[in-house]
Amino acid sequence: MSSCPERMKRWLLPVLALLLAASAAAQPRDLPGIGRAATPKEVAAWDIDVRPDFKGLPKGSGSVARGQEVWEAKCAQCHGIFGESGEVFNPLVGGTSADDIKTGRVARLDDKGYPGRTTLMKVATVSTLWDYINRAMPWTAPKTLSTEEVYAVTAFLLNLGGVVGDDFVLSDRNIAEVQARMPNRKGMTLDHALWPGKALGKPSKPDVQAQACMSHCPTEAAVASMLPEHARNAHGNLADQNRAVGAQHGVDTTRPAGAGSLPKPVATAAPVAAKPAAPMALLNKYSCTACHAVDNKLVGPPFREIAKKYAGRIDAEAYLAGKIRSGGSGVWGGVPMPPQSLGEAEAATIAQWLKAGALR
Amino acid sequence: MGQADKPGVPGRLIKAPENFIDAAGIRQVFAEAKAGRRSFLRNAFAVAGAAAAVPLVAAQTPPGGEGDPNILQLPEHGKGLGQPVATDGYGKPSKYEANVQRRQSPGLTQTAQASVSFAPLQSLFGIVTPSGLHFERHHQGWWDIDPSKHRLMINGSDPGLLKKAMVFTMDEIMRLPPVSRFHFIECGANSGMEWGNVAVPTVQYSHGMLSCSEFTGVPLRILLDLAGVDYRKARYVLAEGADGSSMTRTIPMELVESGEVLIAYGQNGEMLRPEQGYPLRLVVPGVQGVSWVKYLRRIEVGDQPWASKDEAVHYIDLMPGGLHRQYSSTQECKSVVTTPSGGQVLLDKGFYNISGLAWSGRGKVKRVDVSVDGGRNWRSARLEGPVMAKCLSRFNIDWVWDGKPALIQSRAMDETGYVQPNYRQLREVRGTRSIYHNNAIQTWLVQEDGEVRNVQLS
Repeated sequence: MSSCPERMKRWLLPVLALLLAASAAAQPRDLPGIGRAATPKEVAAWDIDVRPDFKGLPKGSGSVARGQEVWEAKCAQCHGIFGESGEVFNPLVGGTSADDIKTGRVARLDDKGYPGRTTLMKVATVSTLWDYINRAMPWTAPKTLSTEEVYAVTAFLLNLGGVVGDDFVLSDRNIAEVQARMPNRKGMTLDHALWPGKALGKPSKPDVQAQACMSHCPTEAAVASMLPEHARNAHGNLADQNRAVGAQHGVDTTRPAGAGSLPKPVATAAPVAAKPAAPMALLNKYSCTACHAVDNKLVGPPFREIAKKYAGRIDAEAYLAGKIRSGGSGVWGGVPMPPQSLGEAEAATIAQWLKAGALR
Repeated sequence: MGQADKPGVPGRLIKAPENFIDAAGIRQVFAEAKAGRRSFLRNAFAVAGAAAAVPLVAAQTPPGGEGDPNILQLPEHGKGLGQPVATDGYGKPSKYEANVQRRQSPGLTQTAQASVSFAPLQSLFGIVTPSGLHFERHHQGWWDIDPSKHRLMINGSDPGLLKKAMVFTMDEIMRLPPVSRFHFIECGANSGMEWGNVAVPTVQYSHGMLSCSEFTGVPLRILLDLAGVDYRKARYVLAEGADGSSMTRTIPMELVESGEVLIAYGQNGEMLRPEQGYPLRLVVPGVQGVSWVKYLRRIEVGDQPWASKDEAVHYIDLMPGGLHRQYSSTQECKSVVTTPSGGQVLLDKGFYNISGLAWSGRGKVKRVDVSVDGGRNWRSARLEGPVMAKCLSRFNIDWVWDGKPALIQSRAMDETGYVQPNYRQLREVRGTRSIYHNNAIQTWLVQEDGEVRNVQLS
């Protein structure tokens, strides 16, 4: 390098420095004492994902008939006997046709008159169903299904949608054939600019192109949509949802618009009284509301129904408090209620509330 | 009195982020909205000559003859002894601030464990969301996990993609050199109820699935380097949570390689809140919140995307023609005026500061314009510092309200030159039946009586 002209040195040195810096960044850092190798058993315990090419899918099988048994015992409470229920979640089944299975596109996705989108209308890859049922179902007891049960329930769900026949046995060997029958398998596009990487689809410009006009801009300054008057208080009193001091206060939506709904210009900020732990707060805290609602049936009976059933029973409060803590089954059907780990006083609060009629 | 006028029914107006309003619902709400517009036109514009309902100059005259009793009479807090230190080992806001709360939207979801609570944007200042007011989105309920038992695993969908699968404890992760960065997080479904029409009254419900924090953690890249990941082959990352839902999302390796994806344990100077994934969550700046996997237990590197439930069934965008856009993740440039905003009331004519938030998943906000006449004329607002990439920016602009109806809007532009579209521009390309990634310009109508309403323009 001694013969290197001074001029050349001036650009070569910075380039070398950059190259060195880049290679240093690419080298794994030496971090002694941080982390250890995972054992094969540990990886197997957690590595449960299944990809669209079925990498990760465990060997096994399950029939539609077996799936129906599992479904009725563990899935139907939330999803309905035919996967059609929208009580707890969106319907899983409906809106697909035999023709969709041929074309790979669900025609009703382009039908503005069709009331909603079910899971089977949307899902393009059968691996997605298998993976999600395996990792997150049943809702209140995720990851308790055996591999055979996951195959069986997936088969039953596909049978409800007409994708497979009544005698079908879904397995790791024939799942690729099922993929070729998925009603919306050709319903996805990657042609958009919202994926922040290069390896997927085509990088493209944002699809919506707006301009920043500043004056006398073309506009349609007419109100086309606003909340109807009857929805004024649908989100509760907005006066209570805004700070009570400042340039703007909240509108009192318990009164009709204009009828004294506006606060006085100099409002006195009053502290909101702290409420004692309400039964509803406890029901939320201990996730009772994951299975029970006040008025309608979810996984378990409505609180109102429980209140009605034990209204005449003299020891209702003690009985209910005990049931909450010990759990039980058979009174309201076959689905067991697991024991709840809450204190006696808390169980008593809920029991008193149930005895008093389960009022909101 | 129609069915829709009965008490209790309106709460069912809107559906879950993943449950789009059905066509019948759209027709009903739209018809009612039109009826509301007629009465609005009668009430607000037809009586333009009538006296304004706003009490004027009341605040400028001292109440009582001699002066304000709040000045003339010494208050208790000036004459007595206050509270001692550490009365509250972890302090709370003033009791006068009890209205500033996260809230659920009634009727949005059937169960509170797979639901959303919205941040009260109308009451926040600056760009940081207090951790206790950060919006929540749970897919199977939240947990308070013992950090001494929490583990993070790194493995490959194919063992050839990395030198060795590894396991880390929280203690080990927290020994590594941390970085702290301010970023916004927005749910892909934020504003999703309003693709077709106005559905909610306030900015809390229309835009409150948005928060911003200083996150502290370790670049994920450091751990992938340690595991010896082959970046030429492993172009995707799967992040997986430890809760019941075991949420999984695919992340492009480019974001990890750039060093901006963090495995975070800190938020606004303290540990993450349990509702935000304590003790460990992924931070993916600029990308919708569902990818910021909470209770993070595992990172898998792979050579293909995974089509997990929340990238194959939900968080997909329905286009005109019936095709869904999949893996749509970037949150495009967007802004909203937070004060004044829907459900509030201006107390008097005169001077106001219009304030709001702007953000972009592609970088820094470059400019925000504000209109008070429904988009006919615009003025550029003051962009308050610091302005950071993939972070909320606060804007302010002066406004003297003359007591006439006004249509307030904000329009943001980011450093890539992308301009936030209005509803017409957005719907021309994407139709009205999608749920996610609605970044249209928001309009607030200030009525003559000072009440502010959420509206959409034709």
